[in-house]
Amino acid sequence: MTQSTANFINIGERTNVTGSAAFKKLIVEGNFAAAVDVARQQVQNGAQIIDVNMDEGLLDSKAAMRTFLRLIAAEPDIAKVPIMVDSSKWEVIEEGLKNVQGKAIVNSISMKEGEAQFLDQARKALSYGAAVVVMAFDEQGQADTATRKYEISKRAYDLLVGIGFPPEDIIFDPNIFAVATGIEEHNNYAVDFFEGVKMIKQNLPYARTSGGLSNVSFSFRGNEPVRRAMHSVFLYHAIKLGFDMAIVNAGQLDIYDNIDPELRERVEDVILNRRNDATDRLLEVAERYRGQKGEVQKKDLSWRQKPVKDRLAHALVNGITEFIVEDTEAARLEVERPLHVIEGPLMDGMNIVGDLFGAGKMFLPQVVKSARVMKAAVAHLMPYMEEEKLRTGMADKSNGVVIMATVKGDVHDIGKNIVGVVLQCNGYKVIDLGVMVPAEKILEAAQRENADMIGLSGLITPSLDEMVYFASEMQRLGIHKPLLIGGATTSPAHTAIKIEPMFKHAPVVHVLDASRAVGVVSQLISDDSRDKFWAEMREKYQKIRDSRSGGQAKARVSLEAARAMAPKIDWSAYTPPKPSFLGAREIEADLATLARYIDWTPYFASWDLVGRYPMILEDDVVGEAAKSLWKDTQAILQRMIGEQWIKAKGVVGFWPANRAGDDVIVWSDETRTKELARFFTLRQQMEKTNEKGQLALSDYVGSQGADYIGGFAVTAGHGELEKAKEFVDKGDDYSSIIVKALADRFAEAFAEYLHEQVRRELWGYAPDEALPNDDLIAEKYQGIRPAPGYPSQPDHTEKRTLFDLLGATEKAGIELTSSFAMNPPASVSGMYLSHPEAVYFAVGRIEKDQVEDYAARKGWDLATAERWLRPILNY
Amino acid sequence: MTRAERIEKLKAAAKERILILDGSWGVMFQKMGLTEADYRGDRFATHIGQMKGNNDILCLTRPDLVAQLHTMYFEAGADISETNTFSATTIAQDDYKLDAKAVRDINYEGARIGREVADSFTARQPDKPRFLAGSMGPLNKMLSMSSDVNDPGARLVDFDEVYHAYRDQVRALNEGGVDLYLIETITDTLNCKAAIKAIMDLEAEGLEHLPIWISGTITDRSGRTLSGQTTEAFWNSVKHAKPFAVGFNCALGADLMRPFIAEMSRVADTLVAAYPNAGLPNEMGQYDEQPHETAHSVEQWAKEGLVNILGGCCGTTPDHIRHVAESVRGVTPRQPPVRPHALRLAGLEPFELA
Repeated sequence: MTQSTANFINIGERTNVTGSAAFKKLIVEGNFAAAVDVARQQVQNGAQIIDVNMDEGLLDSKAAMRTFLRLIAAEPDIAKVPIMVDSSKWEVIEEGLKNVQGKAIVNSISMKEGEAQFLDQARKALSYGAAVVVMAFDEQGQADTATRKYEISKRAYDLLVGIGFPPEDIIFDPNIFAVATGIEEHNNYAVDFFEGVKMIKQNLPYARTSGGLSNVSFSFRGNEPVRRAMHSVFLYHAIKLGFDMAIVNAGQLDIYDNIDPELRERVEDVILNRRNDATDRLLEVAERYRGQKGEVQKKDLSWRQKPVKDRLAHALVNGITEFIVEDTEAARLEVERPLHVIEGPLMDGMNIVGDLFGAGKMFLPQVVKSARVMKAAVAHLMPYMEEEKLRTGMADKSNGVVIMATVKGDVHDIGKNIVGVVLQCNGYKVIDLGVMVPAEKILEAAQRENADMIGLSGLITPSLDEMVYFASEMQRLGIHKPLLIGGATTSPAHTAIKIEPMFKHAPVVHVLDASRAVGVVSQLISDDSRDKFWAEMREKYQKIRDSRSGGQAKARVSLEAARAMAPKIDWSAYTPPKPSFLGAREIEADLATLARYIDWTPYFASWDLVGRYPMILEDDVVGEAAKSLWKDTQAILQRMIGEQWIKAKGVVGFWPANRAGDDVIVWSDETRTKELARFFTLRQQMEKTNEKGQLALSDYVGSQGADYIGGFAVTAGHGELEKAKEFVDKGDDYSSIIVKALADRFAEAFAEYLHEQVRRELWGYAPDEALPNDDLIAEKYQGIRPAPGYPSQPDHTEKRTLFDLLGATEKAGIELTSSFAMNPPASVSGMYLSHPEAVYFAVGRIEKDQVEDYAARKGWDLATAERWLRPILNY
Repeated sequence: MTRAERIEKLKAAAKERILILDGSWGVMFQKMGLTEADYRGDRFATHIGQMKGNNDILCLTRPDLVAQLHTMYFEAGADISETNTFSATTIAQDDYKLDAKAVRDINYEGARIGREVADSFTARQPDKPRFLAGSMGPLNKMLSMSSDVNDPGARLVDFDEVYHAYRDQVRALNEGGVDLYLIETITDTLNCKAAIKAIMDLEAEGLEHLPIWISGTITDRSGRTLSGQTTEAFWNSVKHAKPFAVGFNCALGADLMRPFIAEMSRVADTLVAAYPNAGLPNEMGQYDEQPHETAHSVEQWAKEGLVNILGGCCGTTPDHIRHVAESVRGVTPRQPPVRPHALRLAGLEPFELA
């Protein structure tokens, strides 16, 4: 009956959202049936354990882990093998362990955060009966040399055995890193790994070793034959030293002896670091297997020896402004007209940038830096072109004209600015009308400039309605220009269902991110491709509409039933303390303090660089781009703080409050007799089987006795726009976007900082709390700070009540637009709730009964309620 | 004698002889012809719904009968008797709408009654001390199996709920005076793991450590638990509890249970226990296997060195236990194997990296 006594174990890697784009797509779309099939294929292809990882920002990873494990538990041909529960978040791992009946493996724990947390997690793993993978990672970082790999493992081993952890249930992952990256220090990584494995196996009795195999060949991504050869050679040598298991694409391993001998020898040179030119020699032959150039750039100036055309291309690709004026001038002297420099070598260089970007080999910040170089070159040529125009009357031409704007009521524009820069890089003329632009102004500009198309952007949900209105206006006025839709709240589904049906004269296209913009615009501009593209888009959106129309709405419970299932919050165990003051107060904070509270992960995300800080800096794919952005950002951050470019202002307040049904009454004073204001909350109506009940924010406020509610509004936006514009005027969009993205981060950091002050002192319900920044980001503290317009209270209009209570406009200079967006855009507001059971949740879709009830409570008519709640209506 | 001393004696006795567990309680209560009023007593006289059939409540309403059954089984030769608390969790007792207080009282009183009877036997017969195992049944709701044929992901309870239900039971049993815990009739290993975690966590928080006995149920000849695991997979999944004993009970009679006990005997490096039903039920739902028949089967297991603890489940009576006890008297108990260190995992099937 024993399923395996083999001496090397394949762990299936395809059920991992971080490693498989296809699996991630299935999970994000909620297509769990197909996702279960992926697991089945892994087992059929020989995986003896399957690795399940749901670490994806878009997902509720805990819920996805739970759902997926429960589903595969029902499939005997999958459930027969053990599960490796894989996450960087312990809570997700724990959720996995709560849903596996067999003996699982935890992947992973480490001493990264110190011994206490490591042992705590090990004890928990033991109490669930799981084996553990221990990463060779300690307080100093990931181990790269053999000695450190072993020393960390040894230390972890002794600690684990010391608490009674069975040594045979310990699996060490001594970190497989990429080799042949062109960086000399990386050349010995595989050898270090082998040595580490050897020492672990020799000296730590019964312990096992494992690793993620695909890392080793990262620098050859795109060249599968070479990667597979590297994997086989790596395993061939590792297994001989006692390597026990690896996370692999089961069924995709080549047999060592079947590898082409020449390739095998050169791969072996690289893996075993046998000669100094091993990487170059593998690169030479690698192209024969599937051509891919190794583009490893050393910081040298040899490119200065090349012809001017190549120098310009090099400067553009690498974002170097240092010699651009000199090179542009040299190029100008070689051609007949200044325009030819732009149309010739500069555009050639930008085309390379575009191709690399399209192929995923360059990333947004690098492209924006390239644009800065391009602008500097063009700026040098401008006077000559003006002079020529005066002399000859010849005008320049562009590839096309795009009008862009953030819609009325919305103020967010970082994404739009990035798209604008990317389009400019590709030779389009971009006319950016800015933020809060009414429809008629956009349409007027489009006609006046004879634009080829219009791009709309928006970040908050009410902007979706404004876009629908805009499309209907274009239809009414008979404007035949394509309409592009982008921004954080927009989606293909919303575009298909709400916007595209309103406008029939020209294509409507949702643009997912900046990397797609050029492709879309070029297809729409070209007469050859436009109609075909339009037809494809129409078909795509029709399909989305079809798939959404057929009874997709999930069953909801009635409002009455939902209220009956409201959680029973335990007030016997918690008495809210009285805040240190009542009413609203202004608050300021200095930037140097706030900088420590910055969560950098979303900063990288705003540049389309996905990954957790600080690991992202070492990431095999985007690490280089991230590092370079990090360096530039730190330089600007220093100046921002030192020269006080922006000012952080805010207001915070507390009031006596009590729950009344789904409302929260805010009292004018402690007598609790005079109602000062009232917050209205929405209750979940999704069907739940055994969860926590149907939540509403009001649940967390006591219906009787002395409870309180807090509120805050903070901004780091005063001064931001002026500074950002200064950079744009100098042709430096790159720095301008950094300034804006940093201001956003400062506002969030201010909110985080203030919340801590509130918990410890201002309200003082957690006076002894002391959490490191990571835990703050992970929201491990007591109490919540939900914001109107976010999932726990999707109604943006509640911000009005909050702002009036706080006097946020007078005290902090933050205004609300017609769509209840905050201006300046780098602002954050919300309420404070202190109960220990309070959690963030998503209201999700709601039924008409609640909309009617909510309208009656707010004194709205039904149509008004439906307008503001449109994104969450379940009908 | 302190509890720690008793536990030492239990471990010593297990080395010397095959220990005997008691037999069925359900069938014995059935034979007493109890009425609804017996079940309700004064305390639950006005409680909603029917109470008849809730045998565990008799710990509170007819403690005399519970004491009587312990006495009958100890007299028949049992070393270990189980508390009458098989369904005494907040989740299982929700069927009878009993609150947490009542559930705790059942466990506490059930342990207290059994303790009293066991101690009086030990006092009279110090060379054959008697032990009390706290019975922890499987719950009527499962964590690994769907509650809805149309939705394989549906569950009526989650791990935390099961964990907390068992935590309450463990604490009350411990405080009431049991010598060990018997997690029994396990149909779903994940439920069992929640119970194990409850015990481990409570002990980490300072509750006195007691031995654990884990007893699964193989539902039919396929050789799998209801949740689909084979014998070895089941063992791999629960061995982190470092149990005092592991084995199977219920569902099968001795003849059909044999191969799975033999397999458990091979893989488990701890004591092995078996308490089968009195054969399979007849068309009337009654068990026909006679005491000497049961005794004959398990005597063979004992002689082959497969088991350390024997007893009876559904349909067995004090007479069955007497026959079993007599037939294995003097037989050398199984010697648990020393197994080589290996990474042993499990899905529904076992995994071993030797």
